Amino acid sequence: MNAATAARRGWAYVPMTVLAAFFLFPIVFMVAASLKTDHQIFADMNSLRAFLPVGDLSLANYAAVFDRVPFWRFLGNTLFVTFMVTAFGLIVNSMCGYALARMRWKGRGLVFGLIITTLILPFDTTIVPMVYLVANLPWIGFDGLTPVLEFGWLNSYRVQIIPFIVNAFSIFLFAQYFKSLPKGLEEAAAIDGAGWLRTYWRIIVPLSKPVFATVAILTVVTSPATWNAYLWPLMTVQSEELRPVMVGVQYFFQLDTAWGEVMAYITMITVPMVIVFLVFQRAFIQSIASAGMKD
Amino acid sequence: MAAKLASRYPDSPTIEGAAATAAAPPQKRKRRSHSRAEQRAGTAFAVPGIVLLLVFVIGPAVVSLVLAFTNARLISPTPPEFIGLENFRRAFSEDATFHRSLFNTLLFACIVVPLQGGLGLVLALLVNQKLAGRNFFRTVFFLPVITSMVVVSLLWRFLYQEDGLVNSALSMLTGGAWAGQAWLANPSTALGAIVVMSVWQGVGFHMIIWLAGLQTIPEEVYEAGALDGTTPWQRFWHLTLPLLKPTFVFVLITITIAAMSLFVQVNIMTGGGPVGSTSTIVLQIVQKGFQQQQMGYGAALSLIFFCIVLTLALVQRRLTRDKDS
Repeated sequence: MNAATAARRGWAYVPMTVLAAFFLFPIVFMVAASLKTDHQIFADMNSLRAFLPVGDLSLANYAAVFDRVPFWRFLGNTLFVTFMVTAFGLIVNSMCGYALARMRWKGRGLVFGLIITTLILPFDTTIVPMVYLVANLPWIGFDGLTPVLEFGWLNSYRVQIIPFIVNAFSIFLFAQYFKSLPKGLEEAAAIDGAGWLRTYWRIIVPLSKPVFATVAILTVVTSPATWNAYLWPLMTVQSEELRPVMVGVQYFFQLDTAWGEVMAYITMITVPMVIVFLVFQRAFIQSIASAGMKD
Repeated sequence: MAAKLASRYPDSPTIEGAAATAAAPPQKRKRRSHSRAEQRAGTAFAVPGIVLLLVFVIGPAVVSLVLAFTNARLISPTPPEFIGLENFRRAFSEDATFHRSLFNTLLFACIVVPLQGGLGLVLALLVNQKLAGRNFFRTVFFLPVITSMVVVSLLWRFLYQEDGLVNSALSMLTGGAWAGQAWLANPSTALGAIVVMSVWQGVGFHMIIWLAGLQTIPEEVYEAGALDGTTPWQRFWHLTLPLLKPTFVFVLITITIAAMSLFVQVNIMTGGGPVGSTSTIVLQIVQKGFQQQQMGYGAALSLIFFCIVLTLALVQRRLTRDKDS
């Protein structure tokens, strides 16, 4: 590399640094402000001190968050729902994708057409009828040991989990991946006497770890029902002990907002995800990249 | 994406099947029973997905299609009545808030789609260079994507206040000349403020998509271009951009759908105000259909919204495809 190229490369750092500052400043401010009193936050606003943990620092805002909301309960709900949606989603969508990609059965073409059609249907378009629907769905509950037929799914975990297990895009990603696996895997397994389920579980799944990772990550990051769930639980879950973390922000909307507490709460619900991202960074980036390469 | 895949899709398993049959002709009888087992197994594998899809994706769409022609309410003692096109007449000829929302949503999409798509490409080009520390920059540009839109909206609501960080930064940069204003309380700046924070949050996602597209272009293409004595700009314009075409289509359609569905930011930051300047279609669907319990009317708005998004997606698809041939 000659000196001119090196110098030109060096110049690339100027826009990149400016952009990095633009992307980082709100997040740095959020964390710094969460440690300050409201008075201190506003006093620091006119200088670079706004981004620094300086002055009268304390964890008082964090303590206040625990007084205002049942944080651990919210976090537990979010983790539980996220886990269930992701785990069941991997099973249901991968099996459906497998049947579409590598098995011959009647109606397959129709089902595939249906899945492709729903790919462009944004979730928001059907949210209102969806509330109407889940409010009237049947469920078998238990009164002691006697099964009881009940109606209405509102205010439950199931309303936060079951509608979001199936995902057309996940099925599509699985089908694409399974099609790329070598032909004849099933025949070889059949000679050894393995049934379909066994073949799928013992041969296909171990060969397909990358696509399982991709779908799991995309589910956690982009599904409207996992870590970021907000509108749906806001509409369908009224009782406090079933609500997820994002809905918790509602508890901080007040006439005279305590901004220090707000900053502490949103820091608390952001940091876990950022840590997970930093640890699995390569997998995250690859998942999103592969989502765009499927056209 | 849809049509192309649907047409491409059904062939391969047939070929696969044919090859398998050809490879094992003596086992004809066994093969046939295997097929029946395959029919049963295939259906069993797909059924959970199909049922859930029918109930929770197709179901609500059908319910919406029916409710849109009724006066159904979320909780009501009287059963819904069929009222024909009344909801649509109301939406198009009476509901000024809906007109405003339609306009705001389209305006938002028209600004965000080129801005976020373009900035995403710029970021991708920057971090695609062989520079020390590019992984650090990639991570930083991507960080807001990991941050929930709920969190981002609350955070920026604070930054946009009259005594907030955005104003004090502008005041610092202009040496005190900037007077400062409450960005979200002013009808002429509120939507613009939401545009900026939406791009801030979402652009990292599309940077990664562009980057993946850039990395599929082999180095030799550029080397050949350089040998022909082209400038870097010519190479970008005549080599890089045409080769990024499939990525472009994906980015275009995904940003359009996301922009048209604008809701969380508005719900948390402005509630649609001031004076309707940030009200959007989805916000109206939720306010009318859910908060005001006019389920039928909300369903009608959903149907209108769906038709708009579908039309946009199909038009974009068609336009980008025509350029190809």
